[in-house]
Amino acid sequence: MTRAIAIGIFWVFLLVVLALRAPGFFEFDNLRDIAVTNASALILAIGMTVVIVAGEIDVSIGSQFAVASVIAGTLAKSGLPLPLTAVFTALAGAAFGSVNGLVVTSLGVPSIVATLAAMAFWRELLRWITQGAWVQGLPPTFQWMGLSQASGEFAILLSAAILFVAFVWLMRRVQAGRAVYAVGSQRESARLAGIPVHWISFGVFVLMGTLTGVAALLDSVRFTQVQSNSGAGLELKAISAVVIGGASITGGKGTLWGTLLGVGVLAVIAPSLTFLGINAFWEKAIQGAIILSAIVLEKAASRAR
Amino acid sequence: MQAGQVAGLNGRNPIPRHHTESTRYNRALLLEAIGIEKRYGGVRALKHVSFDLQPGEVHALVGENGAGKSTLIRILTGAVQPDAGQVKLEGRTVEDNNPHRSRQLGIAAIYQQPAIFPDLTVAENIALVNESGGLARRVDWAARRAKAKELIAAIGAEIDPDREAGTLSMPEQQLVEIAKALGGNVKALILDEPTASLTERETDRLFEIVGRLRDRGAGIIYISHRLEELGRIADRITVLRDGETIETRPAAGTDARTLIRLMAGRDLSAVFPKRVVPIGGPVLEVRGLSCDAARVRDVSFEVRAGEILGVAGLVGAGRTQLAETLFGLTPADRGTIRVGASELSIRQPADAIRAGIAYVPEDRRRCGIVGSLPVRANVTLAILNRIARGTLLRTDEERTLATAWVERLGVKTDGIDAPASSLSGGNQQKVSIGRWLATDPRVLILDEPTQGIDVGAKAECHRIMCDLAERGLAIVMISSELAEIMGMSDRIAVMRDGALAGIVDRADATADSVLALALGHGAPAVN
Repeated sequence: MTRAIAIGIFWVFLLVVLALRAPGFFEFDNLRDIAVTNASALILAIGMTVVIVAGEIDVSIGSQFAVASVIAGTLAKSGLPLPLTAVFTALAGAAFGSVNGLVVTSLGVPSIVATLAAMAFWRELLRWITQGAWVQGLPPTFQWMGLSQASGEFAILLSAAILFVAFVWLMRRVQAGRAVYAVGSQRESARLAGIPVHWISFGVFVLMGTLTGVAALLDSVRFTQVQSNSGAGLELKAISAVVIGGASITGGKGTLWGTLLGVGVLAVIAPSLTFLGINAFWEKAIQGAIILSAIVLEKAASRAR
Repeated sequence: MQAGQVAGLNGRNPIPRHHTESTRYNRALLLEAIGIEKRYGGVRALKHVSFDLQPGEVHALVGENGAGKSTLIRILTGAVQPDAGQVKLEGRTVEDNNPHRSRQLGIAAIYQQPAIFPDLTVAENIALVNESGGLARRVDWAARRAKAKELIAAIGAEIDPDREAGTLSMPEQQLVEIAKALGGNVKALILDEPTASLTERETDRLFEIVGRLRDRGAGIIYISHRLEELGRIADRITVLRDGETIETRPAAGTDARTLIRLMAGRDLSAVFPKRVVPIGGPVLEVRGLSCDAARVRDVSFEVRAGEILGVAGLVGAGRTQLAETLFGLTPADRGTIRVGASELSIRQPADAIRAGIAYVPEDRRRCGIVGSLPVRANVTLAILNRIARGTLLRTDEERTLATAWVERLGVKTDGIDAPASSLSGGNQQKVSIGRWLATDPRVLILDEPTQGIDVGAKAECHRIMCDLAERGLAIVMISSELAEIMGMSDRIAVMRDGALAGIVDRADATADSVLALALGHGAPAVN
């Protein structure tokens, strides 16, 4: 948790600087915009936390996100009612995830390799099918879920919040959550204790895919059209958030509260640069510096102990 | 050496010696270990051990598991430092010994598992230790290959220096190791159980090469559990037992039986809290159990309620593999397992757990505790479905259960929320045992239950085992410590090469008879 504390201190420091130099940052509209923009990132980071705690990784979610967005848009355009569109998009995500899970568990391919292949495959398949064309002319029942913009934004935030609370509870109180920690921490011990380790590994990828589908849908409803190249770099954002939040990249350790903090930090960096009048090109460099300094601080603290 | 004599060596003849007794024994000592002391924690692994090696000699080192052979070898090669005593090479004390220095001085060790780099070629493997120069030097590939060829030819082997070492068979890899040692101009070569995985023909070939090295004046320390080999290859034999040198004697005229007596003959009066408990009916019945992948062959035995069945055998005899087959980690290919009246089909650990079998594994760190989880989660890991209502974990139930087991087993911990990794080895082992007792088993399999834990915790583990037997559990205890086997078991099953070599009753068991069975010299008196 030391890493999260170091990050938390930095985060508060940044907010204080903003409060002093650019109080406009704290206006309700701005905060709401930041929250709505990052709701899908939070949902992805929830899934990524589970995946990383289980000792795996999934770098294909950015591509999955793009495919799922186009599927959502296409289904909506074909006149399917929104609830069904949502269900099918989530199912499509689950299917992508189960491909990853199958390759990792039954072929024994390391998850970084398997999902790297999936990342290229889905992205290129989508490019080939859509020829780069966007999905346009979405029905009014799709954008903001057919609600007013304010209600739509509220619905998106509420969905993300419900998922977050649900997963905090699931990871702590449900057998499968405990099993995820055990498998990621000491796979052999878990196997000996009768935990179906293969199903757990498979399951976390299916879960990740499903959440990617949900995130893609909630993100698409913000616009009148769906880009066919969305989601690029989202996998790194999700992984960064989880690592910033104190999870061990080798598995077995990590909390959703830490991840929430990680998403929060990443969410404010870019807009705060704008507010402070700093060139936006610095965003990625600052992100990298935060991750690095958090880990260095943590190592230093654990050595001092 | 003449070609004709080498060619005649493919039988079981002794390796001919090409020098007279006087030339061998009058030379100065090649390698000496004098008064070596080594402690690991509270355990005295070596007690004032002395050992010497002459040039042109094969000196065998024997002793049962844990007698101190490996520790002595590690000290000779500088892998560990002795607490007292010294190592001398050609009369000069080796200061600040470390693996690199000892290699430079001409001491090389070859272990049962060859330490090769599987993705590099044979020539590269040999060059790694033998070529000098900085990391930035240019590689002379032709010279490297030529050198490898020459060294391989020197031991009379035929291995293509361009092959990837990982594609070689085990005996070929050993030959590469020997070639590697030769390239470093080895004076003292240590072979640690080199024949354990070799066929007879491969063994003959190895002996031929060892004979050649010896005739060139190298000294060879030869460790083996195959006592019958020693007469063919060794000049002298030293017996280690419990970290002490028992005797050094000429190999000629020493038979296996004498060696077994020397290796085993110890005072077994060490105190074990063994209690006599009434033995009930059979709980675990195993018939003709085989698992080809784990090399478990046709094992049959039964364990009764209240009984402790000790499983003895050398390291690598298949004891852990037997346990893993029983527990469904490597499912059996043939044979039956019964617990109580029902015959079981155990395909995975969950099946075994459901049937009432519990397995406390040997490798505590990798297979036992889950370090990053708190103690309470470790205790309940195998019974998650029992502390859950539906799929929901009842945390209060978990806390109650964990607290109860921590108290009952006397686990010293900062509390049930402390991560298991913060506990000492003995307490981790108790948590590991607690996890399995929490499953309320009928059969408890313990694999090396007291390995690497201190004396106090060990006695406590033994006391817990007796308590459990008293409650009618059937216990299978795998142990490499003969004293523990003799002290705790009601009956002793001895394994050798994946099969049962025999089962001995407590009353009939002697250290000699158990060790003889383990070494394949089964005494006709016991069955």
